Amino acid sequence: MAGQARGKVTVDVEECKGCGLCVESCPPKCLQLEPELNSYGVHPARYTGQDCTGCGICFYCCPEPGAITVYRMKAKAKALATATAPGGEHAAAL
Amino acid sequence: MANESVIGVMDPEVKSEASPEVDPKVNNDGYEQVHSKSPVFYDLYERKSELKHQTHYCPGCGHGVVHKLIAEALQDLGLQDKTIFVSPVGCSVFAYYYFDVGNVQSAHGRAPAAATGVKRSCPDKIVIAYQGDGDLAAIGTAEIVHAANRGEKITVFFVNNGIYGMTGGQMAPTTLVGQKSTTSPWGRRPSNEGFPLHMAELLATLEAPAYIERVALSDNKNIMKARRAIRKALEIQRDGAGFSFVEILSPCPTIWGKDPVEARRWVLEKMTPTFPLNVFRDRRPEMPAGNEKENVPPQRPVADVLGIIPKQGAHDNSKPKHAHHFRDVKIKIAGLGGQGVLLLGQLLIEMGMREGLEVSWLPSYGPEMRSGSAHCHVCLSKERIGSPLISHPDVLVAMNEYSLRKFAHEVVSGGIILYNGASIPADFTAPEVQVVGIPAAEIADKLGSTKAANIVMMGALLEETECLAPGTALSVLEDKVKKLDLLEIDRKALTAGRLFIDEQAHIGAVSQPDGFA
Repeated sequence: MAGQARGKVTVDVEECKGCGLCVESCPPKCLQLEPELNSYGVHPARYTGQDCTGCGICFYCCPEPGAITVYRMKAKAKALATATAPGGEHAAAL
Repeated sequence: MANESVIGVMDPEVKSEASPEVDPKVNNDGYEQVHSKSPVFYDLYERKSELKHQTHYCPGCGHGVVHKLIAEALQDLGLQDKTIFVSPVGCSVFAYYYFDVGNVQSAHGRAPAAATGVKRSCPDKIVIAYQGDGDLAAIGTAEIVHAANRGEKITVFFVNNGIYGMTGGQMAPTTLVGQKSTTSPWGRRPSNEGFPLHMAELLATLEAPAYIERVALSDNKNIMKARRAIRKALEIQRDGAGFSFVEILSPCPTIWGKDPVEARRWVLEKMTPTFPLNVFRDRRPEMPAGNEKENVPPQRPVADVLGIIPKQGAHDNSKPKHAHHFRDVKIKIAGLGGQGVLLLGQLLIEMGMREGLEVSWLPSYGPEMRSGSAHCHVCLSKERIGSPLISHPDVLVAMNEYSLRKFAHEVVSGGIILYNGASIPADFTAPEVQVVGIPAAEIADKLGSTKAANIVMMGALLEETECLAPGTALSVLEDKVKKLDLLEIDRKALTAGRLFIDEQAHIGAVSQPDGFA
């Protein structure tokens, strides 16, 4: 990837009701509805993995208290983040 | 499995962040959590169904957004631990499932009245009334107008979606002109149903409110304005500045029959022309100078204010004076209005209070002042009383035959029935209960007034149960009975009732060795 996005969004697929307000509201249009259904039979939202700015609009548009979590790139930790692939390590530890 | 794999593909870190063991704020990948579920919400919602991890609201409902904005504001202002939330009737009735704050559930439309009571008794708490338009603008119109007019220092969040959502889409006072609902199937016609009610503007005509704003959950910009308005309303209450009111135009996709995105657009395109977004009030209410002092109530004991001269030690409740063998007693007194049924109960609780007991008195009577059926429940207890309602009394004082027959079956096994009559009706039976007939009316009549029959019964009750001291009864009568001749009759009646039990009691049914006395 050329550069990491400034932000990141995670969606709790089982809390999401698939209303699509976040998809509609997202300024860089980096959210979309999942083609697969979740266990409640709705298409939950997902982050495409690109272009998130961490603005948080999707969080405020979402009616569910905990469906969306928004992250923003920490300025200081940038170098560290690009140096290794800690996400993979972390996932392996689990 | 599909979800698992999708998450894995899209973002390998998601799983670790979703797990509660990992500190969500610390991320090795250089990202910092900026927006997440507020701790003002419970982790899991104690709902009846299995859906404990999501709200009961429909997809795209505005309530969820308002909940989040309130939760965020409470968290940021550090008010969670001092907030009392008054849930209304309507879709948001279940707010208490979600907010981890103090909660009161009020009757339909009465949230501002309940909030008034809560705020006045706990002025240092943050009291939020959260209401829908059917709740606030229809059945609760009086409550909101008067709470606002009194300038109660509460915050009201008014979620206006122009329709009754929970009950299935009936017309609300805020339904737009021409808007179809189940009760306006051809659209609202002003000639028949009137015009939409503008609550923010209406309340803004009053002097007292400190802050009134209307916002809309129609698009990103307006949602952020709503966020600021909600925060400001809570700040105003925190600072004690006065009544704050935020009207929030909110989508109801299900009832409007629109998808969530379309419904949100409809708020902007259709609702905001009728309900313009504006700050209608933003100032501290001006109270007339010097008025406050005059309105301060006299800080004197009630007895002083009422001119009651306390008998020696009569009002000294500092230490319990009840007999050490006192047992909690529940008394039901029943009869006709005019027989002094309710008064007898009041006299008993007054005596109880003077003996340092916890007491309660719950009257029940029909619309008639005289000759209707009346009864009251009296609890005397050493402990705090949970409910003043008595299902199974230890003692029933039946002032007439009707009450005797109606309530006898409620009396506990081993209990006592005191009946106002020389003889128990022949066909009346009450197993395992001691029934005592006292010709109270005749005794009182001989003493000078049949009105004193209730006092005869009181004398009998005290003698039979020994729950309160006769001396206390005398002092209470002396304070309560203003007419001297009546007081004299009452004194004699009290003694006569006691003597009757001592000397001539007609014992019926079964006498329990472990009964009172």
